[in-house]
Amino acid sequence: MATQAPATAIIPQTAPRRLVLDVLHDWVTTVDHKKIGLMYIGYALIFLLIAGFEAILIRIQLAVPNNHFVSPQVFNQLFTMHGTTMVFFVGMPILFGFGNYLIPLMIGARDMAFPRLNAFSFWISAFGGLLLYFSYLGGSGLYGAGSAPDVGWWAYAPLTARVFSPGHSSDYWTISILLSGVGTIGTSLNIVATAICMRCRGMTLNRMPLLVWIYIVMSSLVFVTISPLTAAQIMLMLDRYAGSHFFDTQAGGSAVLWMHFFWIFGHPEVYVLVLPAFAFANEIIPVFSRKAIFGYPAMVAASVGIGFISLSVWAHHMFTIGMTSGANTFFVLATMAISVPTGIKIFNWLATLWGGKIHFTASMMFAIAFLFQFMVAGLTGIMLAVAPFDWQLSGSYFIVAHFHYVLVGAIVFMIFSAFYYWVPKMTGRMLNEKLGKWHFWLFLIGFHLTFDFMHIPGVLGMPRRIYTYEADRGWMLLNMIVSSGAFFQAVATLLFVYNMVWSYFKGPVAGPDPWDAWTLEWSTPSPPPAYNFVVTPTVESRRPLWDLKHPDDPDSHYE
Amino acid sequence: MLVLGITSAIFLVVGGLLVYVLLRYRHRANDVNAHQEPPQIYGSSQIELSWTVIPILIVVMLFLATARIIFATEDAPKPATALDVTVIGHQFWWEYRYPKQGIVTANELHVPVSDPKHPTPTYLTMSSADTNHSFWVPRLAGKVDVIPNRLNTLWIDPEAPGLYLGQCAQYCGTQHALMLLRVYADTPEQFAAWVAHQQQPAVEDPSVAEGRAVFQHTACISCHTVAGTVATGTFGPDLTHLASRDTIASGAVPNTPANLHAFIDNPANFKPGCLMPAMHLNQHDLDAVTAYLSTLK
Repeated sequence: MATQAPATAIIPQTAPRRLVLDVLHDWVTTVDHKKIGLMYIGYALIFLLIAGFEAILIRIQLAVPNNHFVSPQVFNQLFTMHGTTMVFFVGMPILFGFGNYLIPLMIGARDMAFPRLNAFSFWISAFGGLLLYFSYLGGSGLYGAGSAPDVGWWAYAPLTARVFSPGHSSDYWTISILLSGVGTIGTSLNIVATAICMRCRGMTLNRMPLLVWIYIVMSSLVFVTISPLTAAQIMLMLDRYAGSHFFDTQAGGSAVLWMHFFWIFGHPEVYVLVLPAFAFANEIIPVFSRKAIFGYPAMVAASVGIGFISLSVWAHHMFTIGMTSGANTFFVLATMAISVPTGIKIFNWLATLWGGKIHFTASMMFAIAFLFQFMVAGLTGIMLAVAPFDWQLSGSYFIVAHFHYVLVGAIVFMIFSAFYYWVPKMTGRMLNEKLGKWHFWLFLIGFHLTFDFMHIPGVLGMPRRIYTYEADRGWMLLNMIVSSGAFFQAVATLLFVYNMVWSYFKGPVAGPDPWDAWTLEWSTPSPPPAYNFVVTPTVESRRPLWDLKHPDDPDSHYE
Repeated sequence: MLVLGITSAIFLVVGGLLVYVLLRYRHRANDVNAHQEPPQIYGSSQIELSWTVIPILIVVMLFLATARIIFATEDAPKPATALDVTVIGHQFWWEYRYPKQGIVTANELHVPVSDPKHPTPTYLTMSSADTNHSFWVPRLAGKVDVIPNRLNTLWIDPEAPGLYLGQCAQYCGTQHALMLLRVYADTPEQFAAWVAHQQQPAVEDPSVAEGRAVFQHTACISCHTVAGTVATGTFGPDLTHLASRDTIASGAVPNTPANLHAFIDNPANFKPGCLMPAMHLNQHDLDAVTAYLSTLK
């Protein structure tokens, strides 16, 4: 074949060096789902480092009582920016990045359904993040500008009213969330359309990788939940600049209305973030156990079930606002009900491990830690679903520990696992396993020092969002331990960044299928060419590469 | 305890299974069949059904127990002997009004102990003058949010006399951290004495007439009340019986003349971000006002 190719198609021995501007132009104007995915991931990693640094400052301030490391004003900005950044500009972009990169490859497509919408969504979200951080610098000299938002990441009304927040800091917050919301909806639309319409021949819904299934559920949740958030932001802007009184309690508005709007977004948002972590686990745990996923239909049903139930639990964030006993009881039941499908998932993962041959790669170690920590987070979640228990611990450090167990212990661990698993596909080079294990153990130790011990001051009465506390409350030693864990996590994260850079330049070449895996993305070269597949594949089962590798015993016989 | 017991049991069972699986089924390089794939198992409807139904049963049980406590707490009948107190959250202090006793005070709540045989619980009706707050004294009750334009209620019935510490538990602005709460559960005699004392008008001590004059001629009176004088402001705490309180600045520091002096000089000394401005009094006036306020027993 190659000898018959026309002379013009022969690639020169040394490609001409491209100018920096050419490369930049290429990335800025790209509509390739892989490049956009990588940009999402890179952008999220930068914000991860920034928001992580903010967390370190918070922990230094709280390490000892009556500390004057930062002023209360700066502390309030730090926790607001940390929360907003981690949710909107780290969590969602990094998960969308992986989704963007992987979904077309996994379903045998050559790009997303709407490549230009994809680029638009990325750039508008990215602009939202830049705008949020511009608030630190923004137009110094103008009254109220030049300071970051300090209203907390859920920005309860009426603290955001102009009488309490006269400057422009909450406007930066509002507009950046609005913009990132537009981008988020665009990408979700794209993911659903791609998964429904772009699957290769033979890939029925019933054979679609679980990752793609879960991304459909997650994206559908985004439609339903980002809309009320966007509406609330517009109402807030009207309150602030057009004289309306939705949330203006001084003029008869309702503070509780904002809470409902925020949490009908805010709780499903947790599932928007954690479902992709489940998605990664569904791909990674089987490969390193060398077994097919246990109970594929149950896993799909559980994911869809979580999607629906998660829309009816939001007011468990509001058990303390004085709802009637009937309303409280309803949200207790809905919240407890969600533990059933989540439990099914954990049991299915355990059953997948059962009888396998478990390979302890760095990726798998992160996935196993995810499994354990997600179980603990789920159990403290059930405890908090018990409203009388929540009346005590809502708004305390117990809550902070609980949701960081989900966000870090489950989601961040699973994201690291996904990096060790898929980076060889993205760059064509392996990450260093030894460094990866150092990263794992340091991060694990740091995580447990920080978030295990953080539960206790909550039980002892320490509320969240306080910049300092008195020495006689008995919280000091615990806070010291919590803060020390933060440094382990910081060192581990820096090791990971070093590993990524090292791997990019010096990592061993990965080849198309380094893990002996079974889904379609491993059938193309690493990194995949712009068109993904030379010939669009045809599949006959859930694990097309297993069928190829085991022609004597293909999966298609069992479906 | 039921909840803790069930969740701990689940933790032990599932965590134990995970550890067992990891040890039992780890990949062994020296195994004869090291290069063979393990048997592929795709699922089992019976097993799926069992680990769906059992959690549902646990959830139903937990839910019923929870619902019973919710109704028992929120819909408890109010006894006729209950004491009523109105709580108003401010940035960053607490105002307490005893409507039947005609008392207004701040930050330090006095309630009678409640003997289980003859309960005298205290019913708090709460609202906010500005942003959201939350009333939380962990050893007395769960927290209830204090929300503008909304009346929430909470009842407490301390059975042992003593001091119960708490603080605002809903982020309410810059100085949220030092919006502390002190609840004194008094014996019936102590409480009656306290009520009688608080109902007195402010002490008029002629030896501090100069300090009183300074107080009444500066902006102090636009925010603070001293009952029976021209000072009738309501933006800040009522100072009629300031000297009878153990702390100032919403529990931030003990109520000593030195602390009072430093606080009036510049409130940011103790509470940066609090809404009381530094009054820029000269040293002489500052001393006089401190002396005056220290006499308001």
